[in-house]
Formats: sequence, C-alpha cells, structure tokens
Amino acid sequence: MQGNEACVEGALDAGVTFYAGYPITPSSEIAEDFAAKLPRVGGKFIQMEDEIASMAAVVGASLAGEKAVTATSGPGFSLKQEIIGFAGMIEAPCVVMNVQRAGPSTGLPTSPAQGDVMQARWGTHGDHPALVLCPSSVADAYLLSFQAVNWAERFRTPVILLLDETIGHLRERVILPRKDEMVIANRKQPQGSPESFQPYDILDEDLIPPLPPYGSGFRFHTTGLYHDETGFPSNRPEVTHRLLERLHQKIDKYKETLFLYETYGLRQANQLIISYGASARSAKAAWRIAREKGLLVGLLILKTIWPFPEEIVTQVGHDKNNIVVAEMNRGQLIGEVERVMDKRIPVRGAQRADGVLITPEQILAKLEGVN
Amino acid sequence: MARYEIRLSGAGGQGLILAGIILAEAVVKFTDKEVIQTQSYGPEARGGASKAEVIISDEEIDYPQVNKPDFLLALTQEAYNKYNRDLKEYGIMVVDERVDIAMRGGPTYVVPIQKLTQEKLGTRMVVNVVSLALFNKLHEVVESEKLKEVVLARVPKGTEELNEKALALGEELASNLNQYKIKTKEEEEEE
Repeated sequence: MQGNEACVEGALDAGVTFYAGYPITPSSEIAEDFAAKLPRVGGKFIQMEDEIASMAAVVGASLAGEKAVTATSGPGFSLKQEIIGFAGMIEAPCVVMNVQRAGPSTGLPTSPAQGDVMQARWGTHGDHPALVLCPSSVADAYLLSFQAVNWAERFRTPVILLLDETIGHLRERVILPRKDEMVIANRKQPQGSPESFQPYDILDEDLIPPLPPYGSGFRFHTTGLYHDETGFPSNRPEVTHRLLERLHQKIDKYKETLFLYETYGLRQANQLIISYGASARSAKAAWRIAREKGLLVGLLILKTIWPFPEEIVTQVGHDKNNIVVAEMNRGQLIGEVERVMDKRIPVRGAQRADGVLITPEQILAKLEGVN
Repeated sequence: MARYEIRLSGAGGQGLILAGIILAEAVVKFTDKEVIQTQSYGPEARGGASKAEVIISDEEIDYPQVNKPDFLLALTQEAYNKYNRDLKEYGIMVVDERVDIAMRGGPTYVVPIQKLTQEKLGTRMVVNVVSLALFNKLHEVVESEKLKEVVLARVPKGTEELNEKALALGEELASNLNQYKIKTKEEEEEE
C-alpha cells in the first residue's frame, strides 16, 4: 500500500464522509483515492476550483455535520492558511493533509522536503495552537490519519497531517489493525433543547463546546471575530482573553496524551538522534549502523511535532552529550530542541534541502566517534 | 536475501513505475520478505527520465531509497546517463540495444527489448511487462504463475492475452540472456 493511499484508508476508517480539494503533486493520489472510495460509503467528493475554495468547502461540510478532509502540497497549503485559521477560531473539526515537496513557491513538485514544519505551526496568523502529526511509514500514515480525524472531532480543531513526498509515494508492506480495535471519536452534541442552545457556552471540564450540525434545529452564528458564548462578535478584553486562552487550554490540558513518538536504544546511550517523517527512516538506518559500530546512540522519532513534545525531548535528551536533529530543511525543528536544551547540551543539525532524501551517512557524520 | 536494490529506468510513459509496483505487490503477496517501492519522475507525464525502485530484504527496511543498485534496467539513453553511475561495481546491468554504454566490470547485457517487443507483440506498450518478467525470471523472486496473477489483476481488461505474451517474451529473454552479454573490462583486457 502507498503512503497517500494509507492516509485515505485511515481517514475513511475514522468516519470521514467528505473531501474537497484541488489536486497537486505529490498529494494527488489522496484525491484520486477519495474520489473512488467516498461514494461507496455514501460520502461526497468535490474537486473545487482551487485550494482556498476547497478549504472553505471543508469547513462548511464540517459545520453541516460531516467529517471533512482536504489534501494538498506546499503551494496549496499556503493558500489554505487563512481558512485554517478561521476553522480554528470557529472550532470546526477538519483535517488538512500536506504532502510536502521542495519549496519555496512551486519549488520541486516531485521531490521530498520538510520545509513546511514552521508553516504547519505558524502558517495562519494570530496566536493560535496547532496539532500536527508526521508519519514516517505507510503504517504511520494510516494510524496518524485515523488519529488526526479523531483529534479534530474530539478537540474541535483543524489537525494537520504533515507528510512528505517520500512517505506519500512510498509503498511497503503494512498490516492494518482490525477495525474493531479502532475507537472512533465523534464531536460532542448538545444536551439541552434547541431553544436554549448557546453555541459557545462552556460548561464542561474539557473546555470544548458541543457542535450540532447545521440544519438540525440548533441555530448558531459563526464568525472569525472574537465572540462570546452566543457566537456573536464581541471586542471586550475579557471575552477576547477567555476565548484565546480556552483555544489553547483545550489542547494543552491533554498535551501529554497527544505526544506520539518511538524510541530506540535509549538505555546507556550517551548520544541521541531526533528525527521525524521521512528523515526518521534515514535516522533509523544511521542509528542501526552506529550501534553496529559500538557507539552508544539512542533514537527518538517524533510523530507529534506540534505541540512540540518538550517534556519528552527533555526527558530523553537531558543526560546526553550530543544531540543530532535530522530533518529535510535548513533547520526548523532543531530550534525547538535547542530551546528545550537551553545550551546545556550541544545540538547539531543533520540537514538537507536539495530535493533528495537525507542519507544515513549525513546523519552519522554528526555523531561523535564516527570515523 | 540481504538487502537487494533494484532500479528500473526508462522514459516516462513506458510503465516502469507500474512494473515496480507489480513487483513489490508480488513480493508482498507471495513471499515473507520485506519490500519497498519508490519512484522518481520529472514533471512531464510522457518522456523525461523515469525510474522505479524496489528494495527486497529479509530484514526491516529503514532507509527507503536505493543507494547502490544491485540491478539496473535502462531502456533509454537518458535514463542510462542519469541512473547508471551509482550501480554497484559488480551489479547486473540490462540495457536496451539502442543505449550506448561504457565498458564496466559487472555483468552487462545489451538486449533488443524494445525491438523484440515491437516485432513479436506488435506494440511496445508492454515493454514494462517484458522487462518485469525478464527480471523476475533472472532472480526467481516469485514463480512465473504468481507473477502472472499479479500482472493480470493490474492491467486493463482486454489486454490479458497481450500481457501474457509479454510475460512469456520476458522469460524467454532471461533464459537466453547469455547471448546478449557483452565483455567486461577484465575479459577485454585478457584478450
């Protein structure tokens, strides 16, 4: 199975019923596959006139009660940013899959890169939270796609599935979990009557308001402006403060359950490689070679990159004397690792940004004791 | 089998990526080996150099890219020029007869794949399946019948007979491969 195809399978198994998008390499197989499979489960596929419209359609479908997804690559991801911010502000659950290719601009359409790490975090304006997952295998693509849809529903937020060309186009053997082992999350529904419904009246401990579908009798207004519990705009500082804090807290509160990662050979390791996405494949090879050479190296593969798993990186990295961060850009996630390590431990980047998958040798070269 | 790296290259549109996918699928279905298939192509839909890569291994495959192929197929000059450099010194190379190649140390076969496909099957469209069968017969990755099963499930309806003939031609070429072998550097020097 191909990585892009696994994203579709994961999303469908999580209950996705709507896709709107505009095809772009190297994400197009996602659209192709949704077009073939959504009608079979009674879902809808729409090819829109562009990426902006696709994102808007996804938000609309989400408010109408559908589990909605779009997929794109760098240039399209740029276009979608404004409406991703809108989705975050009105708390419309949705998933944006970005299969990264080399940028800036149209860059290298058929080559891998991880240049959108910071864009996935800060691409849309304002001081917003972000939930971003990075698969490094086809199996991951399935599981994280499923997880992305679940988290979008549970937290009422856009979730970004950040792949790269390598993983999107990779085919490998994958064993999917049994469907009855997968737990599907659905957005919360209001308990009271339509007449007394206040769309953003937060009574629950999880800080997440219920979201009834449009057309079900529960009427509400959505706006990208700061709004109070009625859903109508307000510029009162306390309303502004309360909404922004809640948008962050509803995710922060559950942060520890959101950190997905894998570790290898941490025991007795004095050096650490940190990586994610396709680069993690090369990192795993580098780790294996280093171990064969007798070096005490550990490996941390991050699947959740935003919110940045600070606690995990600190816990795994604090006693090392060399940390190597491997990524396919000129150094994006390394900044977070440096911030967490606060100059106590040397952090080195193994970086590559020429449209070619980073090699194990490049990563090995940054470890101590490799000749 | 330790990690074995295969690169099938030619022009975009020749169907080599599909050949790579079929090979990987056959490995998944009929062996317990690990397999990875990747591809690389230019922005063109037709023409340009295109390659499909398959890695077959008994162990987990971490780094998914082909680094030093053990086997290279090049159907066009452009593909040969672009993709031959990192072939293992003693790796196997199969090229179409119209490709000009430099003399090398490893086993090298210059085969009229495209010409024979055209002559015997009346179309070059199935040159990918011919190449696939040639590779499979040479390495015995899966049995002929199993490969046929995967090929026939992947090709458009109505082309089954043509593809079966293509599989047979590829196997025939593999059986007679020695007649297409060219001298290696050492052999040339000895003479």
